[in-house]
Amino acid sequence: MENNKVDVIIVGAGPAGVSSAVVLAKAGKKVLLVERGDNAGDKNMFGGTIYAKQTAEIFPEFWKEAPVERNVSSQKIFMLTDYESTQFEYKYPANASYKAFSVNRSKWDRWCVEQAQKAGAYYAPKTKVKELLIENGKVVGIQTEFEKYYCDIVIIADGVNSLLAKQIGLRNDFKDSDVTLNVKEVIKLPTQTIEDRFNLDNDEGCACKILGGPLKDMFALGFMYTNKDTISLGFGVGLDELKKRKISPNEILEDLKAHPTIAKIIKNGETVEYSAHLIPEGGLKSMPKVYDNRVMVVGDAAMMVNNVHMEGTNFAMLSGKLAAETAIFAIEKGDFSASTLSLYYKKLKNSIIIKDMSTHKNTIPVLKKHISTLTDYYPELLCEFFALLTDVDQIPKRAKYRGFLSKLIKKGFILKSIPLGLFALEKCFKK
Amino acid sequence: MNINDKLATLKYNKNNESHLVVDNDICMRCNEKFCTYICPADVYEWNETKCKMTIRYENCLECGACRIACEKKNISWTYPDAQYGVKYKNG
Repeated sequence: MENNKVDVIIVGAGPAGVSSAVVLAKAGKKVLLVERGDNAGDKNMFGGTIYAKQTAEIFPEFWKEAPVERNVSSQKIFMLTDYESTQFEYKYPANASYKAFSVNRSKWDRWCVEQAQKAGAYYAPKTKVKELLIENGKVVGIQTEFEKYYCDIVIIADGVNSLLAKQIGLRNDFKDSDVTLNVKEVIKLPTQTIEDRFNLDNDEGCACKILGGPLKDMFALGFMYTNKDTISLGFGVGLDELKKRKISPNEILEDLKAHPTIAKIIKNGETVEYSAHLIPEGGLKSMPKVYDNRVMVVGDAAMMVNNVHMEGTNFAMLSGKLAAETAIFAIEKGDFSASTLSLYYKKLKNSIIIKDMSTHKNTIPVLKKHISTLTDYYPELLCEFFALLTDVDQIPKRAKYRGFLSKLIKKGFILKSIPLGLFALEKCFKK
Repeated sequence: MNINDKLATLKYNKNNESHLVVDNDICMRCNEKFCTYICPADVYEWNETKCKMTIRYENCLECGACRIACEKKNISWTYPDAQYGVKYKNG
C-alpha cells in the first residue's frame, strides 16, 4: 500500500463489508478492509443462516469449499403455550436447490475474508477505527489507534452500533424501539442426536422460529438452528419491551430452554457459548442517510434488515455489492461527490432491499399492537384445536365442535383477526 | 444456568481500562437504572450502600444495548481497543 492510500477503505469485515471488498478487488480497485477483531467473525453473532442465492452472487458455488454447517432442508415454526406446543414443518423436496446454510460465523467470516484477500484486497485485522479522518470538511480516510489511512471513498460497514455513521451525522442514535436485543446459546450435542431430534439426514439442517410460551405477550421471537454438532437457540426481544418489563434477557432465555418442548430438544446438551447482539429492526422509517460525499453506509449500520422475515445477511451482502459497484463507477468517473454516490441509493431502491423494507414500513407497529393475539391467543387456540381434533373420549364430536366454535366467538376471534387479515391483504396488493 | 456460568463459556482478553464509562452522579439521580436489568452480561450493578454503579466491563459482550437503553444517555460507550474484549468462537 503506497503512502497508506487506497481507492476505498471498508470499515468492518462482516457480510456487508466483505462483499464490498470482493467486488471492488475483483474490479482491480485498491481496497483496504479493516476489522477490529483479531480475526473476522470474532465479534460477530447471528441466528443464523446465510442465504444461498445472495451469497452465491458474491461467492459463486461457495458450498463446494466454504465452511458451512448444514444445508437448511426444513423450516419449522413452534407455537408454544405455557405447557403445550403446535409445530409446523415445511420440508423442501429432496432435489431442491440450496436455500440457506447455517454457518459458524467465526469460521465463515474468516473464509470470506480469505476470498477477498485472494481477489487482491488488503486486510487489516486487530484494527479499531477511532474515527473518520476529516480534512477541509472532507472525509479523506480513517484514524486507527496507531495510524492514518487515506482513500477516496469510505464504505461504513461497522455494524448496528455504527459510531462512524453517527460521527458524520448520517444517523442519530437508534431508539430502543428500533433495535432488538438477541441472546443465544450454542448447545453441543452428538451429531446423530441432532439429526434424530430434527429428523435430518447427513448435512441437512433445520431452521426454526419460536412464538409464544415464555415469549408471549411481548415483541419477541425465538429461533433455533441446527449446526453440525451444535444447536443455536436464542431469541430476540424489543429493547423497549425489555425495559418495560425490567427483566434480564438471560432469564427469558432460561424460561425458553425450560419449556417442555424445547427442553426435550436440547436435553443433555452442553452450552459451549453464550452471546448477545443487537439487530437493527427500525425498518425503512429509521433508516439513516446511506451516502454522502465520499462515504456510503451498508448492512446493519444502515439498518438494512427485513424485520418481519428475519433476514439480514442477504441485505448486508447485497448492499455491500451495490455500494462497491457505485464506488467503481465513481472511481472511473473520478468524482466522489454525494451526487455521484446517490447512484447507490438508486440501486438500493431498485433492489429487494428497499422494496421489501417499503412493504413492511408499517408492519412492526401493527404487530406490536396485536402482539398478544399473535403470541398468546393463536398458539392457545391452535393447541386447543389440535387437542380437540385428536382427543378420544366419551364426549360426542358435535359437542366438541360447537364448544370450540363458541369459544372462538367468545374469545373474539373475528375481532382479533380482521385487522391482521386486512393488513396482510394490503401487503399483497398495495402498490 | 446462571449468567456467570454462561459468561464462563466465553473467551475474553481483558483490558485494564474500561471502555464503558458513566457519570456516577447522574446514575444516582436515575430512577430507572435500566442498564442493571437489560444487560445480557449483567455488567451493571447498583451498589445501594456506596451509591455507586459498579461496571464489570470485562464481561461486556459489546452489544451496545446499554447505550441505547440508558434514559439519561449517560453511558459513554466505545468498543474495546483492538485485541481486547470478547472473542466469539461460535457466533
